[in-house]
Amino acid sequence: MNGYGKGLWQGLAVTWKNLTRRSVTAGYPDVQPDLPPRSRGVIALQEENCTSCMLCARECPSWCITIDAHKEVIPAETEGGRDRSQNVLDQFDIDYSICMYCSICIEVCPFDALHWSPEFAYAEGDLKDLTHDMNRLRTWMDTVPPPQALDPGADQGKELQAHERRHATEIPPGAQESGER
Amino acid sequence: MSEVIDVLVRCLFVVLAFLTMPLLVGQMEHKAMAHMQGRVGPMAAGGFHGWAQLVADGVKFVQKESITPVAADRRVFELAPAVALVPYLVAMLAIPLGPFFGHDVLIGHDLDLGLFFVLAAMSVGVLGTLMGGLGSGNKYSYIGGMRVAAQLMSYELPMVLAAASVAMLAGTLSLVGIADAFEPWWLLVQLPGLVVFFVAGLAELQRPPFDAPLADAELVMGPLTEYGGMRFAMFLLAEYAGIVVLSALTTVLFLGGWAGPWSDQLGWAWTLLKIVGVSFLVIWARVAYPRLREDQVNVLAWKVLVPLALAQVTLTTLVVVW
Repeated sequence: MNGYGKGLWQGLAVTWKNLTRRSVTAGYPDVQPDLPPRSRGVIALQEENCTSCMLCARECPSWCITIDAHKEVIPAETEGGRDRSQNVLDQFDIDYSICMYCSICIEVCPFDALHWSPEFAYAEGDLKDLTHDMNRLRTWMDTVPPPQALDPGADQGKELQAHERRHATEIPPGAQESGER
Repeated sequence: MSEVIDVLVRCLFVVLAFLTMPLLVGQMEHKAMAHMQGRVGPMAAGGFHGWAQLVADGVKFVQKESITPVAADRRVFELAPAVALVPYLVAMLAIPLGPFFGHDVLIGHDLDLGLFFVLAAMSVGVLGTLMGGLGSGNKYSYIGGMRVAAQLMSYELPMVLAAASVAMLAGTLSLVGIADAFEPWWLLVQLPGLVVFFVAGLAELQRPPFDAPLADAELVMGPLTEYGGMRFAMFLLAEYAGIVVLSALTTVLFLGGWAGPWSDQLGWAWTLLKIVGVSFLVIWARVAYPRLREDQVNVLAWKVLVPLALAQVTLTTLVVVW
């Protein structure tokens, strides 16, 4: 009979505590949410960075990215030089009706052409409208926040460390803090 | 002539209380339950903290179609919501609110057998749910109906015994008489009776944690499964009217009714305040406790509440004889 009826009091105590505490509910449509950095709202495309390497389309677990591109020839700048070719995007669609926001495309992109934007209010009345084309994906770039500042004392990332080691003599003191790419 | 007007005014007053008090309790439940669960509850309807939510709900219910299933026993099915709701209106007629600024006790009609009358009306209300369960032509409803019956059988006895103990102490069955005879030390002597009465009342209203007949995880919605629209709304209203009647009865029997400072002037306010307080307890019990299993419901009634109520009656007898 140890503590018989204790649970009854605990039930009352817990609910009473909740009642007297302020609730943390966000009043979303009236109050815009304060989203943490790196929120996965929508994927934005920086078209100039894209080389049409197709890595994102192939890594996508739900196959929601469609890419089409063609090659353009850049004529040689110097006399007798070799012509260079460049991939130019024709089509870059993300179908948000099947995207599962896993972020693999963004991780895998070698040239930082894809970015997370915290915008989330892009529901549509028609399923087809959830396929965002290149132009629409481009417009999301305006909503991408600048990268989050590093925590104090955090590692800067391997690339930057290597860069700094190589150019240790050239960099004037005080400029090390500009760790942003 | 003035007598007729007097009766009409009293009836109007009771109907008004019947239409507003359950809504107030419902709104309190919306808000108190929400905050107890770390939510905010309705906020949009009406603008200020969702005060018009229940009005909006009512409008919605009116618009819905009232469907009678083919397998249902039509008469019984259609009559059940009324049987569930009207008894509480009748019960309210005999519950006193207390002195009103030096006037007589506010009451629909002061019956000599008030306590008996109100308890009888309350158990008729439960029959509505039972009728809904047996008349729906639905297995879930049927099982729910059987549970209602079992619960009614089990909890009627301790409830009546607890009420009888107060009546013995006051020496009258009139609710006004009982509240008038109240003395503060009764709170202590009648404490077990108070607990038994309150718990048994919760069970009779099928309020959580005694909502095994409705148990939505097992029985969809029990006896109310087949109801929709206005008929369902009537059952809901009956539930909240039941809370008001139970709270009022607990107040008048065990908490002294209008006993309190300046009760000659503000007696009605004291009664209302106590009713709101007890209603809050009803809501609190719903949030704090999980539903009892069907066998636990009956075990609680027969092994705990009935012995406790009998002990209370014995104690009261000793006090009265002494």
